[in-house]
Amino acid sequence: MTPFTLARPASLEAARRAFSGDAAFLAGGHTLIPAMKSGLRAVDTLVDLTRIPGLDSIRRDGDRLIVGAMARHAAVAASPVVAGAIPGLARLAAGIGDPQVRRRGTIGGSIANNDPAADYPAAVLALDAVIETSEGTHAADDFFQGMFATALADGEIITAVQFRIPEAFAYAKFRHPASRYALAGVAVARFPEGVRVAVTGVAYAVFRWTEAEAALSADLAASLPALERDDINSDIHASADYRAHLAGVMLDRARKEIQP
Amino acid sequence: MKVNGTERAADAPDHRLLVDWLREDLGLTGTHVGCTTSQCGACNVMVDGEVVKACTVLVASCADSEVVTIEGLGTPEALHPMQAAFRAAHGLQCGFCTPGMVMAGIAIAHAHGPDVPEATIRHALEGNLCRCTGYQNIVAAIRQGARAMAEAGLLGEPA
Repeated sequence: MTPFTLARPASLEAARRAFSGDAAFLAGGHTLIPAMKSGLRAVDTLVDLTRIPGLDSIRRDGDRLIVGAMARHAAVAASPVVAGAIPGLARLAAGIGDPQVRRRGTIGGSIANNDPAADYPAAVLALDAVIETSEGTHAADDFFQGMFATALADGEIITAVQFRIPEAFAYAKFRHPASRYALAGVAVARFPEGVRVAVTGVAYAVFRWTEAEAALSADLAASLPALERDDINSDIHASADYRAHLAGVMLDRARKEIQP
Repeated sequence: MKVNGTERAADAPDHRLLVDWLREDLGLTGTHVGCTTSQCGACNVMVDGEVVKACTVLVASCADSEVVTIEGLGTPEALHPMQAAFRAAHGLQCGFCTPGMVMAGIAIAHAHGPDVPEATIRHALEGNLCRCTGYQNIVAAIRQGARAMAEAGLLGEPA
């Protein structure tokens, strides 16, 4: 690993000041540290966010579930607040990686990284979330901007994710048996005005499946559209046709869980 | 920071990984380096009571923390109940994954209690790879070890 200096600030303000030059924020580190070890990433300064108080809180505020950016996957999975507000989100968190990974990985780190096969981006997008940062807020629809790309500016720190509490939410994932990443993951949220559907693992980045949203908003038992896009991943794990088919199967599983 | 109950100065560069520091600087080679890509679990150690992969944690992030490695669990004369269960159930073959498996087993016992079902153990071992045993005796060892930990008063209420 290329040497760097580690800063461990105790406040958000100090973290913003510590971020200068070629720097990165360290949350749970379970993507960033492997990337640095393999030489895919090198920085001069790493700013560890774990000492900033309050960033890992989980609470409900009216029709919102607010999950602090540094909440570990294991904490979200075990949280009675999450289970009471959006139980499908707790189940999603319980299916990320393995137990050791879930004890370190954070929701803020996951969505800041925006891996095309990560689980949380699908939930954040389907649940019409608002991402709170040190600089302001981003709507989920504007936040994810392609493979490993987000609306975050250099030095901007995610502080929390505000999920809109839906009438029902489900996430169905066909996971890669070794990595536990999604070969296809479909998140479905039912709101009073309609259904939102977000897909991960299938294309170059998480996306909303608008044809599926239209079909399910009209009728939750509708016959489902086939997924047609020109950016579906094709690799040694699954061809594009197979992934598109899996997305349909996952959509069908998820929609069965959100029936009234 | 504390390692196995002893105060240690984490005198290491910021980019030093916990597992390298434990093995190379402290000579605690019971913690193994398998894949170094956060998958195999051979490097599992306890940091502040939580079992994590030491190949994916910086020593500098553990300042003020309490780390327990396989050497800190028991002694050859007085094994930790989970270690004793691995021996009794023959939950190992080559032994390379064993330190990480014992750590994972302890975490499973704490999370799920003394009567943890076999399916739960298998699911909870998804971050630990063994290439010899086929897992059968590892799972049996963890069931035995969880009960033995409860009998020894090492388990609180399951989470």
